[in-house]
Amino acid sequence: MTDAPRKLEWRTATISAIATLTPRIRSFMLSAPGGFSFRAGQHVDVRLTAPDGYTAQRSYSIASAPGPGDAIELMIEKMRDGEVSPFFHDVADVGDEIEVRGPIGGYFIWPEGQAQEATGPVVLVAGGSGLAPLISMVRHRALSGPRIPMALLFSVRTPEDVICADELATLQEARDGFELALAVTRGAAWRPGDFSRRIDADMAADVLARLPAAPVRAYVCGSNPFVEAAASALLASGLAADVIRTERYGG
Amino acid sequence: MATRGFTGRRPPPGERERLPPGQYLTADFPVLSAGPTPQIAPEKWTFTLKDGPRPVKTWDWAAFNALPRSKLTRDIHCVTKWSKFDTHWEGVLVDDILADAGLVAPTPFVLAHSFDGYSTNVPYSDLSEGKAMVATTFGGQPLHPEHGGPARLLVPHLYFWKSAKWVNGLQFTAVDTAGFWELRGYHIYGDPWREQRFTGD
Ligand SMILES: Cc1cc2nc3c(=O)[nH]c(=O)nc-3n(C[C@H](O)[C@H](O)[C@H](O)COP(=O)(O)OP(=O)(O)OC[C@H]3O[C@@H](n4cnc5c(N)ncnc54)[C@H](O)[C@@H]3O)c2cc1C
Repeated sequence: MTDAPRKLEWRTATISAIATLTPRIRSFMLSAPGGFSFRAGQHVDVRLTAPDGYTAQRSYSIASAPGPGDAIELMIEKMRDGEVSPFFHDVADVGDEIEVRGPIGGYFIWPEGQAQEATGPVVLVAGGSGLAPLISMVRHRALSGPRIPMALLFSVRTPEDVICADELATLQEARDGFELALAVTRGAAWRPGDFSRRIDADMAADVLARLPAAPVRAYVCGSNPFVEAAASALLASGLAADVIRTERYGG
Repeated sequence: MATRGFTGRRPPPGERERLPPGQYLTADFPVLSAGPTPQIAPEKWTFTLKDGPRPVKTWDWAAFNALPRSKLTRDIHCVTKWSKFDTHWEGVLVDDILADAGLVAPTPFVLAHSFDGYSTNVPYSDLSEGKAMVATTFGGQPLHPEHGGPARLLVPHLYFWKSAKWVNGLQFTAVDTAGFWELRGYHIYGDPWREQRFTGD
């Protein structure tokens, strides 16, 4: 971050809405007075506190687009035997207060400051809940207007795991430079132009060819094995390593 | 502020005291890096010790591996909240690197550099007297590229981003110089026990 050093304070946010996105992923709207000033791609830390003072902290990407509202959206996948994500799925309710701090992260952000990186074509590659910071970028592009070419390759297990399917499909149908490709790893391809296999170099090349020029930046997000596979596929399809930025969720 | 309905999954006694605030124990070894994993062949590997802009000595893979080797078993703590206990490392202590180069620390500040352009600053006093090494094995195996292989810096008592992966040099600097993550909002020192995650913590 280029801001002058300042302490990131914990703030109390209120869960203002909860929605089921897929069988394993739910959306949580967190509202705080004054809202959150952030850039697409950044995350927040959340802190849960037990009655005896024990705390647990985890990071979650912001899925909503930067804007004037008081709320940010998180998309949380329920991890089996997890400590924090099952709490959100099974216990948290609208009206509950959650401590958050952020935004955090000054690297996995789009657009960047410099002219070319801010306006050149960009490719986004998401695995499962790794869509969160990338859909923030997609939404930011849609809201802020410029027709920057952007391709999203979104890998899911089954068609029912596609987060925000209608929203993404509608954005593609606008034909203003946003391209969506789905890779369904355990099921049939969803729509023409989608894939029914795990990400590989051919798939990456196919998606890159849907952009009018080579991307100036690639953002890859998901579990670590997914990010490794996706980054390797992008490298094998000819992208330079320093174009690719990764965010790894664990695993 | 207690969170309604949260009880938490507490670490058992014996673990709890070893976990810095806000951390949880994991048995896996998660990966944190900002880009693709570089694949660096040993023939292409070099390590350079610098005093400011001046290179003092450069080792290739064979020469580096001929330096005195040491083992460290330590708990490690990542700023993304996971900690891992009793990790086993082998490599060359920073003390032994300086000794081989005949260099006495010229300044109190060091910037570690990596093959992928990453850098991170660590005070020399956190690298000396057996506290830190350039590690080439983890758990008795050559260090995997995902975890920074062929070689990474290991400064186990600071948050793990200070343990620069794919390290290719240490540079003494005249003043404390923020590295890659430190310029992007992460703490200049990064002590997990004082929970120094971000600037100002
Ligand atoms: C910068 C950042 C942003 C993140 N953003 C999101 C987000 O937007 N949505 C989201 O659901 N999660 C996100 N995560 C992961 C999140 O912080 C937690 O790790 C996750 O919710 C599991 O926490 P838990 O307490 O439920 O499980 P834990 O009790 O921590 O145990 C879960 C285990 O699963 C591993 N793990 C975590 N995530 C994954 C994954 N996706 N695939 C495979 N293994 C995993 C962890 O390393 C851990 O070992 C993000 C992580 C980081 C570092």
